[in-house]
Amino acid sequence: MDDEIAKTQEERKRMQQEIASLDSVTYDRDLYGGTDRDAYVTSIPVNDEDDANNDAMNSEVVRKLSYTAPKNVYDNLPRGGADEDNSSGFLKPSNKIIDREDDYRRRRLNRVLSPDRHDAFAAGEKTPDPSVRTYADAMRQQALEREEEETLKAIAKKKKEEEEAAKAEGGSKRRNRWDQSQDGGAAAAAAPAAKKAKATSDWDLPDAAAPGIGRWDATPTPGRVSDATPSAGRRNRWDETPTPGRSADADATPSGGATPGATPAGMAWDATPKGLATPTPKRQRSRWDETPATMGSATPMAGATPAAAYTPGVTPVGAIDVATPTPSAINLRGAITPEQYNLLRWEKDIEERNRPLTDEELDTMFPLEGYKILDPPASYVPIRTPARKLLATPTPMGTPLYQIPEENRGQQFDVPKEAPGGLPFMKPEDYQYFGALLNEDEEEELSPDEQKERKIMKLLLKVKNGTPPQRKTALRQLTDKAREFGAGPLFNRILPLLMQPTLEDQERHLLVKVIDRVLYKLDELVRPYVHKILVVIEPLLIDEDYYARVEGREIISNLSKAAGLATMIAAMRPDIDNIDEYVRNTTARAFSVVASALGIPALLPFLKAVCQSKKSWQARHTGIKIVQQIAILIGCAVLPHLRSLVEIIEHGLNDENQKVRTITALSLAALAEAAAPYGIESFDSVLKPLWKGIRSHRGKVLAAFLKSIGFIIPLMDAIYASYYTKEVMVILIREFQSPDEEMKKIVLKVVKQCVSTEGVEADYIRSDILPEFFRNFWVRRMALDRRNYKQLVETTVEIANKVGVADIVGRIVEDLKDESEPYRRMVMETIEKVVANLGASDIDARLEELLIDGILYAFQEQTSDDANVMLNGFGAVVNSLGQRVKPYLPQICGTIKWRLNNKSAKVRQQAADLISRIAVVMKQCQEEQLMGHLGVVLYEYLGEEYPEVLGSILGALKAIVNVIGMTKMTPPIKDLLPRLTPILKNRHEKVQENCIDLVGRIADRGAEFVPAREWMRICFELLEMLKAHKKGIRRATVNTFGYIAKAIGPQDVLATLLNNLKVQERQNRVCTTVAIAIVAETCSPFTVLPALMNEYRVPELNVQNGVLKSLSFLFEYIGEMGKDYIYAVTPLLEDALMDRDLVHRQTAASAVKHMALGVAGLGCEDALIHLLNYVWPNIFETSPHVINAVMEAIEGMRVALGAAVVLNYCLQGLFHPARKVREVYWKIYNSLYIGAQDALVAAYPTLDDEHNNIYSRPELVMFI
Amino acid sequence: MQASDRFNINSQLEHLQAKYVGTGHADLNRFEWAVNIQRDSFASYIGHYPMLAYFAIAENESIGRERYNFMQKMLLPCGLPPEREDD
Repeated sequence: MDDEIAKTQEERKRMQQEIASLDSVTYDRDLYGGTDRDAYVTSIPVNDEDDANNDAMNSEVVRKLSYTAPKNVYDNLPRGGADEDNSSGFLKPSNKIIDREDDYRRRRLNRVLSPDRHDAFAAGEKTPDPSVRTYADAMRQQALEREEEETLKAIAKKKKEEEEAAKAEGGSKRRNRWDQSQDGGAAAAAAPAAKKAKATSDWDLPDAAAPGIGRWDATPTPGRVSDATPSAGRRNRWDETPTPGRSADADATPSGGATPGATPAGMAWDATPKGLATPTPKRQRSRWDETPATMGSATPMAGATPAAAYTPGVTPVGAIDVATPTPSAINLRGAITPEQYNLLRWEKDIEERNRPLTDEELDTMFPLEGYKILDPPASYVPIRTPARKLLATPTPMGTPLYQIPEENRGQQFDVPKEAPGGLPFMKPEDYQYFGALLNEDEEEELSPDEQKERKIMKLLLKVKNGTPPQRKTALRQLTDKAREFGAGPLFNRILPLLMQPTLEDQERHLLVKVIDRVLYKLDELVRPYVHKILVVIEPLLIDEDYYARVEGREIISNLSKAAGLATMIAAMRPDIDNIDEYVRNTTARAFSVVASALGIPALLPFLKAVCQSKKSWQARHTGIKIVQQIAILIGCAVLPHLRSLVEIIEHGLNDENQKVRTITALSLAALAEAAAPYGIESFDSVLKPLWKGIRSHRGKVLAAFLKSIGFIIPLMDAIYASYYTKEVMVILIREFQSPDEEMKKIVLKVVKQCVSTEGVEADYIRSDILPEFFRNFWVRRMALDRRNYKQLVETTVEIANKVGVADIVGRIVEDLKDESEPYRRMVMETIEKVVANLGASDIDARLEELLIDGILYAFQEQTSDDANVMLNGFGAVVNSLGQRVKPYLPQICGTIKWRLNNKSAKVRQQAADLISRIAVVMKQCQEEQLMGHLGVVLYEYLGEEYPEVLGSILGALKAIVNVIGMTKMTPPIKDLLPRLTPILKNRHEKVQENCIDLVGRIADRGAEFVPAREWMRICFELLEMLKAHKKGIRRATVNTFGYIAKAIGPQDVLATLLNNLKVQERQNRVCTTVAIAIVAETCSPFTVLPALMNEYRVPELNVQNGVLKSLSFLFEYIGEMGKDYIYAVTPLLEDALMDRDLVHRQTAASAVKHMALGVAGLGCEDALIHLLNYVWPNIFETSPHVINAVMEAIEGMRVALGAAVVLNYCLQGLFHPARKVREVYWKIYNSLYIGAQDALVAAYPTLDDEHNNIYSRPELVMFI
Repeated sequence: MQASDRFNINSQLEHLQAKYVGTGHADLNRFEWAVNIQRDSFASYIGHYPMLAYFAIAENESIGRERYNFMQKMLLPCGLPPEREDD
């Protein structure tokens, strides 16, 4: 007894933990509107597990880190869209991309648009200009960052060790934090020095500094308004604490420029802005760059002003943290956990940035001599538009002195300035990019370059915010003038826009489209910008929106075709071993797109080199990941290269780094999945390491290895598959007990794959797998997690396919009576699928009894809303048992009847739904009496007030009527139908649909049981149904008209319908015309035509058009039957084709078309030519619908009369003096020509020879 | 034509037609049209075997020769284009 209690308690505790952990997982999803990270992941570790650098940084910190910072700022940002929404009283869900992104995806904002790269192709033999960033620079910078990262890690480690040592040393004597921090500081300060000595060559790069400027003006990183100047602020805090989790930003700032000694003699403003952040402050700093401190915050705009290339940028800030550590920084020196560290770092960032930098501070920072204060360069321009100044600087960067603002009378403070010159509305966040467009006064003074920029800006603004026509023309202009504008100016404008944090989906789509078009035009000119483009496009590859991903792929594919493989590799190579996992991940995906665009063989040598990189495990990891992504992207097209791809990555299975081993296994899994069911021979070489691996590894690596085995086994021949399955099963069964969710899912998946393989015997599964499988997996806990649930059901169904129904159902049938409802549902779903797949013939009498009992229990006990599982399960089991259900039917029906009377609407609905599922089986069991009884019961419930339930009841009645027929139905049809007539008035869709189906069925099969008068009443109700939104309802209604007309004769129905032509509503009239046509079709046209044509005499547009439309449909439906009626309706059509009203002519033309097509070849040419003469004058109509109908009528005539006749009509206008006439005639000629080219040969006019040109066709006059 | 008409189905129709060789347009002259007619005719003769046979009998040539001749004639069916007097 005690044992049991203890067990239950433990169980409960586990459940609670489970729930708690579920909570924490879903936590940020709730906040961010449900971005499901998992939905994306194609392999196990993409984010968290795979994160190379944030081992120490747990997810909670990541979350805190990024939702505090950006959120704060975003909330403060003025948002046009949101305000508008509020004012209208509705809160629309935000469509900003950022709002649905998770933290991982948001890391895209941390990336920096790197400066233009050197284009080796364009430069030819020339040595690259030192100011241009070359591949070597990029690589060097990359190396530098890595080194920095490693140093920081080492420092962190050391500190930790020291601390532990200290702790161990004296438990009683607590060390003062301040001491520690000094120690830490000392250690940190020592580190860069050591590093400097070690890596002199790196430090002394002559030109590394130069790109820095370019970078700053090239990278208005709007995304960073929150951490505006992220790089300057964070870079090179050598003396700061280690940053194990720095990955997010570290990559963001190419640190090539961060070399303290780099440009000793250079002027500060032209040296790297970041250099200042280094421990050895720059001596030669000129003071003047402290003043426009606003500029610092205005970084995003740096690119916006043409002169920005000369603005000093953000420098001042970085220096602060060297001189006076903020309290938080001091704290950092102490013992900290990485989480704390990250939190504090963020705090510090904000505080620092809000801190003004005074002259005194600068004085203390700089030595007294050794530098001079320079004048600002002539081209330096302060921010021109105050409006931008207001908006672009959410955090004042600390203007040290108050400056009297320049007076600008044109400035408006609250109202956004009207955009001049027909420009579209600008959202507040657009000002920082497009603000310059607002002051037009200086237009003439601008240099040609500036004018060009301005032009680009205008076009982009139109594309981004304009109306569709504006957008279209702007897009076209951008495309046409792309080469004229040049790649540089274009991309420098477009790309920053794409980094805007408030970007919406639509805007991004448009901008990406611009890039696509421009790319196409620029072709090889894009080379220097490849990396920049990739920085903004790569995030699209992991977007949750499918179309964004496709768009991203398309761009990258076009880009690689334009730039060429060499350039692509040069651009992306440095990112391959970037320290940030995010960068590597997106780069790998981008590389896979390049591979699919340029062909895998082209990329193979490079991949091989990368995967064998000795320098860093990150490079190997990314290389292998590229292979994985290639497999995922191009699917079975990997087959020709399978062997080489496997060879490239196989050594990764024995890599020293665990992450590399994991990704290798995952890549193999992806390759095997893509290649299935072929290509096993390519995997020969990896089988052994894989099998060795599963014995020696544990945890994640093991999971990955198992996954790859799971995908490889199905490729094998039966014998091998069975052998290997037995081998791996030992491990799998051991891992059945693993508490790790990920492992569970993989194990289930692998079991499913192994079991479904050919060579695996049912007996083996039964004896070796089933007991453990059911013991470990068929537990209540598995039903709680959606993914586990699905995977378990799938696996079990797969096992059932091998071992049969009885084994599986027998094991779980008892659980249908389990006390946990989710678990019962899982059991039910499994039984449903198994039984639906395999039938119920295996099930013996005892099991059958248990099954029905269990199902009834589960059905009755269900409480949750997700009811369909139980319903489907019940239906599937009953249907597969067939006649064997007979003994249980009374019991089932009893349950149903009881539940039809239940208080809860849901229960009643389920009961009614169940009837419609089992009606067929009841008929099979000859339980007609029972069905009749149920029919009466249902009939009594027709007064149901819940529409959902009423719809189900009607559906159940329909099912019963369908199986037992009209005559045997109880209640008799003549009682049932009058009861349905009022229900037809119900406006609920489900009710309408079921009701009209039932009525239509009765009208079709049992019309004679109901008096004509009742049918007429129904006809009136049906007219209302033509208004329904759902097409299915309207179609059923129209068909019902046909049945009714057939039953009671067309006259009365027709009269009703013709009257309905007078109503105003178009949809109603259209449906009425269709109904008339159907009535005419079912009751023969001659019963309808006279009345219809008579109706044409009513002098009312709608009616006449309705009649014409009916005729059009009528002739469409009756096809060649039309030949008997064509002469009758010709006078009417004549009149219509001569009517002043366009719609008359249009509709008449389409009637003529259908008529002509119907009677082609039936000898009605005389009437048709007559009609053609009336149609022909309409060819000059311009209204699109009319001209369409006329052209189609002429096409119809071509079919019916032959091309020659129509050609004769055509010839008169082909060379008409008026161009407008010629155009129309040539259009007709062309469609004639395309439709019947060959037939025209005999009909062409005889042309006489001219001078030396032979136009005659003598062959045609030959005669024997 | 209105601005909206430019994008509707009818303009697409013309665009579609223009993709076929042998279709015409408002600026087509007599010579160009005649060339199209001639080529269509020859293609049609070659395509219909009974026609070829008929011509062969009438001209007392082999069918292959006829086919070859027609094919050759398709090159410059109307001779060289006349010099343009206008514009």
